[in-house]
Amino acid sequence: MDTLLMKAGGWLVLAFVAFAAMVLAADSGFAFHMAIIAIACLITLWVTISKADYVAIGRGILKAPPDQGLYDDDPIRWGVIATIFWGMAGFLAGLYIALQLAFPVLNLGFEYTTFGRLRPLHTSAVIFAFGGNALIATSYYIVQRTCRARLAFPGLARFVFWGYQLFIVLAATGYLLGITQSKEYAEPEWYVDLWLTIVWVSYAAVFIGTIAKRSEPHIYVANWFFLAFILTVAMLHLVNGLTMPVSLLGAKSYSAFAGVQDALTQWWYGHNAVGFFLTAGFLGMMYYFVPKQAERPVYSYRLSIIHFWSLIFLYIWAGPHHLHYTALPDWAQTLGMVFSIILWMPSWGGMINGLMTLNGAWEKIRTDPIIRMMVLSLAFYGMSTFEGPMMSIKAVNSLSHYTDWTIGHVHSGALGWNGMITFAAIYYLVPRLWGKQRLYSLRMINWHFWLATMGIVLYAASMWVAGIMQGLLWREYGDDGYLVYSFSEVVSAMLPMYLIRAVGGLLYLAGACVLVYNVWMTIAGHQRDEKPMTETPHDPEADKPLAGQPAAVPAE
Amino acid sequence: MSEHKYVDKATGTETVGHEWDGIVELDTPMPRWWVWTFYATIVWGIAYMILYPAWPLVNSATEGVLGWTSRGELQKEMSAREQQLEPIRAALVANDINSVAANENLRNQAINGGASAFKVHCVQCHGSGASGFKGYPNLNDDDWLWGGDLEAIEYTLVHGIRQPDHPDTRFSQMPAFGRDGILQPNEIQDVVSYVRTISGDERPSPASERGAVLYEANCTICHGADGKGDRFQGAPNLTDRIALYGRDRASLTETITNSRYGVMPRWSERLDPATIRMLAIYVHSLGGGEAAPQPDETAETGTGDEQS
Repeated sequence: MDTLLMKAGGWLVLAFVAFAAMVLAADSGFAFHMAIIAIACLITLWVTISKADYVAIGRGILKAPPDQGLYDDDPIRWGVIATIFWGMAGFLAGLYIALQLAFPVLNLGFEYTTFGRLRPLHTSAVIFAFGGNALIATSYYIVQRTCRARLAFPGLARFVFWGYQLFIVLAATGYLLGITQSKEYAEPEWYVDLWLTIVWVSYAAVFIGTIAKRSEPHIYVANWFFLAFILTVAMLHLVNGLTMPVSLLGAKSYSAFAGVQDALTQWWYGHNAVGFFLTAGFLGMMYYFVPKQAERPVYSYRLSIIHFWSLIFLYIWAGPHHLHYTALPDWAQTLGMVFSIILWMPSWGGMINGLMTLNGAWEKIRTDPIIRMMVLSLAFYGMSTFEGPMMSIKAVNSLSHYTDWTIGHVHSGALGWNGMITFAAIYYLVPRLWGKQRLYSLRMINWHFWLATMGIVLYAASMWVAGIMQGLLWREYGDDGYLVYSFSEVVSAMLPMYLIRAVGGLLYLAGACVLVYNVWMTIAGHQRDEKPMTETPHDPEADKPLAGQPAAVPAE
Repeated sequence: MSEHKYVDKATGTETVGHEWDGIVELDTPMPRWWVWTFYATIVWGIAYMILYPAWPLVNSATEGVLGWTSRGELQKEMSAREQQLEPIRAALVANDINSVAANENLRNQAINGGASAFKVHCVQCHGSGASGFKGYPNLNDDDWLWGGDLEAIEYTLVHGIRQPDHPDTRFSQMPAFGRDGILQPNEIQDVVSYVRTISGDERPSPASERGAVLYEANCTICHGADGKGDRFQGAPNLTDRIALYGRDRASLTETITNSRYGVMPRWSERLDPATIRMLAIYVHSLGGGEAAPQPDETAETGTGDEQS
């Protein structure tokens, strides 16, 4: 009872502090955020003191099976739902801003709906909300199973989930209100950064705690990648987020770094967000779900060791390639480019290990739509980790930089690799987490696969054409040595490409809608009556011994 | 948890021996092509770092044996371009603009270079097709506020329009007849009627007849008795169908009540004389360029863009 009183009192005090900060706030955005935090504290307070069993209620809503005391799967189920929810929000925002680029009237004339504010909403929703929830949920799932241990610090694990959702809400509403520290993929301001730090350290504690209490003698390769992801993201976030707030009661802050040093810190962060969040973390996912779904051994243990350590060592140097031909000193540009190119093979190590794990089970690409998604995901991983080093070469970069080629590159990685491996993981997880025999429909996975594939192809192809066109038009000189095109002429030349891109995004979103329906029906306990994906022909007439024939004599 | 090695049937490869949640790992050697490509990129990387600036030292960085710098490369490219353009630039400003434009080769060079410079410096106001917007003149037609021959256009470019810190700028200011109480609102409506009559937008009416009297007293000094304007003052021709701020009653009422005050930068502050000359020849070539005035003829009789 005493601890309950302490807990409830603590939340009440926090709610009061947030309320006071709201009243005293220096700007309306900060006040709005403090109101959200105060409400979050009051909700937590209510859940703490109320006698209702919210765990059971939550289970009921999610139709989750009872806890059998084996693995702690509740936060994973929430995480799967959150992944899908934020994914849909992020894809929709992406489609909308793609249409804004084609039809500027869709900015609607409100500051809240301009491209400049919706764009970070899209990028953060897909990377951190969709990708982040997927990583947290799958890492909880994988670390328990490959360590044969129940999740460490269950209370903290739940705090990580809800704390991360609060971070997402604060970040997203902040973008719409115009609160940003103007660092790409690190837009949230200082107080949201501090909150994320608390959540992330808790996440690290849960993950490392579970590894520490493992009953397996060795740590599985997926967990190396998750560990690298968690620790490096913590380091990147702390260093790039170093700022001095203007006021402790206001949203605005100034970076600890200035000028080109700030730019380099930002892209050291930005590129390693790609390297450790979107590559290492998702490789952790891949290293568990691909061998499980294929029911095959991992192709090469040695390759996994070498490509893990080389990837970790090399990635951290590659950031300066985002600043080619800028005020960044030449030596830093050289290092950024050289390490990016040496990074090519270590990146491909993951693709080889994933694809070659299908050795001995190749026919599953034909029969198993989840395996098909995984293979496509690895193929896009391979393509974008080749394209990346190529674009880091200064001669290529002088054409591709500042063009839509970069956008195409990012999306072939994000839609192809991150998206498809996450969808595959969701399809793998949902029946297992909800104790169902199978998904509602396997054929719908196939629909999802083709819609998403066509979407990615349209997206990537249109952005390659757009980017190379931009690069060439901007530098087009006439016979007499003068520039031929004005910037606005190049902008208007992009319209067809932007329309094709929007169609690609629409198809990808449509595929995700199929996923939502499939997962919904699975959790609701339905199974679609459908023909299996493949049927091996069986002829009962021929299925018998040939009567009256002498027994076959083995040939010499 | 089991620790036993066995040979995987499908691949004939031995496993490493550990097993996690049913996952085992094969002891396949790393693909040779992968290892050798990895080595090759490392060797290439080392060579590149020797050739180019690469490693930070205390106060500087290794310079690389090629001695390459991005600033040096830019310098080289810029000076190569300078050298290529220098004779043309010199020729463009060696003589007065009319004789430069008479030279076929120089004229083509100027039009090409002017088109390029126009896309950088001028499209923001005059539009990428030079057809202008409300308040920003169309440069394709033959209706000029301050004169449309080569020298007049170049003068406008060099000195700008209504640049307060510059005595040679093109300058004039129409009174704000309504705001300053020179004319009453009903009188302004009469003047609007008259102006719309001489431009052919309205038929003569009692209002326009009253307006004619007011026009005579207030407007002829700049716009002329016939309404054809005065290029010395940038006073637009009111009798044509071109008006910078609109010919409808509301726009004209606003113009006469509050006046207008369009400005243009003086480009001599930002661009070199050769580029300005190219711009002048380019704008002159767009369609409305006028011939140079004869020495004994003053430019007063031309048409003028309706501005104020």
